[in-house]
Amino acid sequence: MPPYIGEHLFPGQAGYFLIIVSLVASLIASVAYFKSANSVLQSDADSWKRMARIAFVVDAVSVMAVFGLIYYIISNHYFEYYYAYNHSDKSLNPGYLLSCIWEGQEGSFLLWAVWHGVLGMVLMRTAKKWEAPVLSVISLVQACLATMILGLYVFDFKIGTNPFLLTRQFFQDAPIFSDPNYLSNARMQDGTGLNQLLQNYWMVIHPPVLFLGFASTLVPFAYAVAGLWKKDFGGWTKGAVPWALFSAAVLGLGIMMGAAWAYESLTFGGFWAWDPVENASLVPWLIMVAGVHTLIIYNSTGHSLRATYFFFLLSFILILYSTYLTRSGDLQDTSVHAFVTAGINWQLRIFVLLFLLPSIFLFIRRYKQIPFIVKEESSYSREFWMFIGSLVLFLSALFIIVFTSLPVINKIINTNFTIGEDAEFFYNRIQVFVAILLGMLTAVTQYLKYKNTDKKYLIKKIGIPTLLALVISVCISYFGNVHYDTYGIGFLAAIHLALFAAVYSIVANTGYIWAGLKGKLKAAGASVGHIGFGMMLLGMLVSSAKKEVLSVNYMNPLNFGPEAKEKGVENLTLYQGVKTDMGKYWATYTKDTLDEKGKSTFFQIEMERKDGKDKFYVHPHLIKNTKGQEGVSQNPGTKHYLHKDIFTYINYASSVMDDKDTAQFRSQLLDIGDTMYYSTGYIVLDKVTLNPQNEKYAFGNADTAIAAELKIRSADGRNFLAMPVFQLQNNQPKYFIDTVFAQGLAVRLSRVSDRQLEISVKESSKLSPFVALKILQFPFINLLWLGTILMVTGFIMSIVRRVSLMKKIPA
Amino acid sequence: MKKIHIVALVCIGVVIAVLISMMGDLSTYETLASAKQKEGKTVTVIAKLDKSPQTPIEYNAAKNANYTSFHVIDSLGNKAKVVYYFEKPFDMEKSERIVLKGKMKGDVFEITRKDGILIKCPSKYKDDPKAAQNNLSQN
Repeated sequence: MPPYIGEHLFPGQAGYFLIIVSLVASLIASVAYFKSANSVLQSDADSWKRMARIAFVVDAVSVMAVFGLIYYIISNHYFEYYYAYNHSDKSLNPGYLLSCIWEGQEGSFLLWAVWHGVLGMVLMRTAKKWEAPVLSVISLVQACLATMILGLYVFDFKIGTNPFLLTRQFFQDAPIFSDPNYLSNARMQDGTGLNQLLQNYWMVIHPPVLFLGFASTLVPFAYAVAGLWKKDFGGWTKGAVPWALFSAAVLGLGIMMGAAWAYESLTFGGFWAWDPVENASLVPWLIMVAGVHTLIIYNSTGHSLRATYFFFLLSFILILYSTYLTRSGDLQDTSVHAFVTAGINWQLRIFVLLFLLPSIFLFIRRYKQIPFIVKEESSYSREFWMFIGSLVLFLSALFIIVFTSLPVINKIINTNFTIGEDAEFFYNRIQVFVAILLGMLTAVTQYLKYKNTDKKYLIKKIGIPTLLALVISVCISYFGNVHYDTYGIGFLAAIHLALFAAVYSIVANTGYIWAGLKGKLKAAGASVGHIGFGMMLLGMLVSSAKKEVLSVNYMNPLNFGPEAKEKGVENLTLYQGVKTDMGKYWATYTKDTLDEKGKSTFFQIEMERKDGKDKFYVHPHLIKNTKGQEGVSQNPGTKHYLHKDIFTYINYASSVMDDKDTAQFRSQLLDIGDTMYYSTGYIVLDKVTLNPQNEKYAFGNADTAIAAELKIRSADGRNFLAMPVFQLQNNQPKYFIDTVFAQGLAVRLSRVSDRQLEISVKESSKLSPFVALKILQFPFINLLWLGTILMVTGFIMSIVRRVSLMKKIPA
Repeated sequence: MKKIHIVALVCIGVVIAVLISMMGDLSTYETLASAKQKEGKTVTVIAKLDKSPQTPIEYNAAKNANYTSFHVIDSLGNKAKVVYYFEKPFDMEKSERIVLKGKMKGDVFEITRKDGILIKCPSKYKDDPKAAQNNLSQN
């Protein structure tokens, strides 16, 4: 092995050392906290705790340092490291260097562990007597995560993948590494780059928030485990409220940021596609929100403690399960964006089981001991309907996860089920009823009081919001032109009902801030959160039901007959400079430009409303693929309005994707009335005109110009006209070629001999640059984003309120 | 039994009923041969793109931007023509596997929904060690 020149080995060695440190330290922390939690003597507990704290801080700091070292390697372009070589290149905008870290599985595990470290250190200061058992659980998870980036082989069993692996270690046999000075080789001067789809600002902020969300579900889980373990079943529930709220807020925000990324940079045609990877993080969120509600029920009435345990345990287990789903490669055939297996499937399975089995065991074993109230809830009580709401959330989650898990179920029971061709409707037809139920429940439940509500009081308070919501939603239904009849009248009726539920939720919760809370905004967290949720529902319903394809291809000959709707009509071909009819708009492909780095081609499409009220440009683009792959990827261009978005993307561009034009002219002598064929139709020489004068040509009597009037009929039955001209000027021939873009046809009148004309035909799609593009319109999508912000704001308001209340009453 | 338990049981019952009824709506993975026998029924087929030069991918955006046709081979070696009434998916040529959801119509597999094709490329979301290896192995 030659001594290699110019490698920077220190960061890698330090990093690997720190990974080992974090593994050992987290194990020590877990055991020491365990000992501390189980100590009988206070002095024992304290001395174990001191040790555990040091170990946990060491773990947290080393994980952060490892993260920092990877960033250091990537930002310094040390391509001797495989992680930098494989996930980055020099042309990357500095903002995207962070995205390189979480493009790989190792980096995303690390990000997760960093957040656990941060949350753990906050808990260390705030959890008081719960610190030991809670952090014991968290430290154990940290140890598991550390093994994911270990990169050790025990016999043939691979434990984790090491992010500090060197490029020459990864490609051991490549001949380039026999050269000690391989780093100065041109091929090692740059990395293979970051996946072009991840080069988006949402991809810089979405993963950290989502992983903070993942990490935060561990805290309620750890509290629940601690409660079962210490048999102090109700002692933790007040302290855990802010954590549960925090988790619901951050995980929800992270998921919606992912939706925003999908909406802005992918071309699935929307913000949510029920892709298994999306579902896998939605389901734990639904369960967490169910848990938040039962927790609040317990704190106020003493009911629902068992359900709270169940939900908090389940939420984190589902996070682990979703980690397995997205990283094991099991979703290969059902998901667009699952990771391909990294060869650590068994390790991932063990990770899930390691927390699933003990927590189930503990829950079942202690179930009978968990206190409950024998007296029945009144059906006029808030807790009754809140519980129903949690149940609906749980069942909705159950439904989603069963069908998301089909590949896993198939594997286990050896079946071969899969969702049919319309996955979206498959889920939507059930979830629309969930939306109806949840919308109504969030509207009414706040007006109920705990224990029991006076019926007269209830009717008086809720009457006005109900009427108001009814009027508004009927107006939306009636004037809003919601005629989404693709799936029949039943589904349309459900959509209108859901519209009412969403409006009801917004109106009733807004009203409650005054009617119920007398305008006390400090206490209005729940109301604001529910308003946001209702608004999200409304945004989803309206923008999905009224989503429109603007680029309907009126020219397409297939667009007739009973199956017209099914046959493709969504792409429109635009020739450069040719104004094209697009329903309410005129669309023109004006130009394309290459960006300064030579990686993206931007297309400028001019959109002009036919009624002259609006004119604008959209700039969809195509990005060259990274990682040594040929080809390009799409990136949509969007025109944002307050009430709608117009969303365009290029599906084909001749200037980028076509090869050079190698087609040749082919000639034939024709008499008037003669026919010549081309590959998809025929041409008839109809007439010969001398010195034609029309909108295209203006020859005078002094010229010698002959025009051949050609009638062209394509195989699919369309007719075209072409008029090539041959002119003699100073005894020199001059050709005016005519083109039929739609047929990719160029025709020339090449020669006139006696009574015959020589017509030359070239068939080529490169006559004029063109693009095939799709344009979608999403109305009121901003309601969804605004609703998300409001919902998260509501959660934060509640957290602030709970924390300040807790400070007043020392635990 | 408490009211809330009854409600919970009813809800769970409804969900189980819905789940079972939806199981009936599920499609199954088929081969091209078994798909042919279920002509007109939506099925899912996992296949490979037939890359032989006699059967190239046909997509001419200048003529019809909403018509793609190509040929696939399934795991048993059967071949079929596929018609997809949308744009040609990007990177289709590089695909390792294609998951098709549609109906057999005569000898042609027809896909009438945009999401009826799922292309599995070595490149998407996953680094292609092979490409990098080739890059580094050339001299």
